[in-house]
Amino acid sequence: MSDIQQTAEQLHDQFSEHLDVDVKEIKERLERYVDEYKIPLDEARRSVESHYLDEAGIERDELGRGGNPTVQAADVDAPDEWVDITAKVVDLWDPRSDSVAQVGLLGDESGTIKFTKWAASDLDELDEGKVYHLGNVVTDEYQGRYSVKLNRTTTITEVDEDIEVGDDETTVEGALVDIQSGSGLIKRCPEEDCTRVLQNGRCSEHGEVEGEFDLRIKGVLDDGTEVHEIILNEEATTELTGVTLEEAKQQAMDALDTTVVADEMRETLLGKYYRVSGPTLGRYVLANDIDELNDPVDGESVLIKARSM
Amino acid sequence: MSESAPTREVARRVFADEFNDATFTFKESDDERAPLYSLLPTGAKANRVFLVGTLTETEDVGEDSEYWRGRVVDPTGTFFVYAGQYQPDAANALRELDTPAYVAIVGKPRAYETEDGTVNVSVRPESITEVDTATRDRWVVETAARTVERIEAFDEEGNEYARRAEEEYDLPLRRYTQAAIDALESLDEADGDDGSADARDEGVAESV
Repeated sequence: MSDIQQTAEQLHDQFSEHLDVDVKEIKERLERYVDEYKIPLDEARRSVESHYLDEAGIERDELGRGGNPTVQAADVDAPDEWVDITAKVVDLWDPRSDSVAQVGLLGDESGTIKFTKWAASDLDELDEGKVYHLGNVVTDEYQGRYSVKLNRTTTITEVDEDIEVGDDETTVEGALVDIQSGSGLIKRCPEEDCTRVLQNGRCSEHGEVEGEFDLRIKGVLDDGTEVHEIILNEEATTELTGVTLEEAKQQAMDALDTTVVADEMRETLLGKYYRVSGPTLGRYVLANDIDELNDPVDGESVLIKARSM
Repeated sequence: MSESAPTREVARRVFADEFNDATFTFKESDDERAPLYSLLPTGAKANRVFLVGTLTETEDVGEDSEYWRGRVVDPTGTFFVYAGQYQPDAANALRELDTPAYVAIVGKPRAYETEDGTVNVSVRPESITEVDTATRDRWVVETAARTVERIEAFDEEGNEYARRAEEEYDLPLRRYTQAAIDALESLDEADGDDGSADARDEGVAESV
């Protein structure tokens, strides 16, 4: 494919929603600049783009811009940036709202990042396990966690290759020295794509709402040298405590108080040693696995060291 | 972990012997709510401690309202733990627990001067939970390791809290090294007992 052909196709993609123009026409326009007027292709592209912007009556900002930086999943560290990414669809989750067409996890060699595809963007379906080049996605941030949003200007190109998704998992050990507020039986905001934890029935974004129950633990692992904050989701919490969401609701109902659930957890879990593995998100380790460390320990090496001092 | 996020301070591992020597406390800012630190003789500041030991005795020593004192014994000495109405969960635990029991305690070091001028050091607990032998043994090994690390780093240049400990205390570090050794050896002895018990059990099993 010639460079001009490729550029013409890219421009066509950019304008296809705004103008009824075919690739051939764009190509001819580019060729006139490049061949007749000897203008470099990127300059020609700009001129042709301007022409169609005028014709469509839209601003450059509203267009999918060419020339985005290509990023790796783990490198996204700022919101509101327009980027391109080539990544594998690692996981697809159930959208919590009708406005979201697809939501899940993208992964590349560097790690993983959440993505959201809006229903209104009317984009092609992404299949789990396939690799795509996604042009023109916007980065977003929520509580230190980054994601990318696909929008109506996003280009989706399936790539015929596999990506070995990087392992951004970490393993931490220590004594569980605290189970923080916001643990146990909690309520989350049911608004579209929100899921914030409610404080006294209020969402910091959406005000008073009818919350949805969830179970989790926000804890602190401490090994005497370092402190790690961990989050256990419903599944991990149930695995560790043996208490299901339904049982937790029953406990709270019997006591007419939701805090009994976290109190019970504190009583059984605090002061014990655990090993936690999972991806890191901001300052948290999301516990995919949690095991109590209760096998016998060997103090021999410490003893030898102390005796030699 | 991001550097800018307000980070929680580590809970120090310290044996009772050293903890009770840490009579000097200080703040690092004039703010009324600034954290209070106790200065460990091996050269570290402690705003919080984590300890595991045997709860041997509990007593309500309060006059007007409940004020519980617990004695928690580790291989080197005894921690004194006090919990009143502002530590309801911990006070509750001290009221309810049967002694002896292995307990894990997260708490803040406190020092107070008695009428005769001696300084008593105690723990104001945030949580008290019952744990098993494996957890207690793990704590002993971990605390010995952290203690030895502090002693190793004591003479390093720029070890601010070690220099401060030198100024405030006139205590030989050797003592804490020896306490760590004794603590670890006490585990070995206990293991030896367990081993012979297992051997006896096996003998019984075989003869049956």
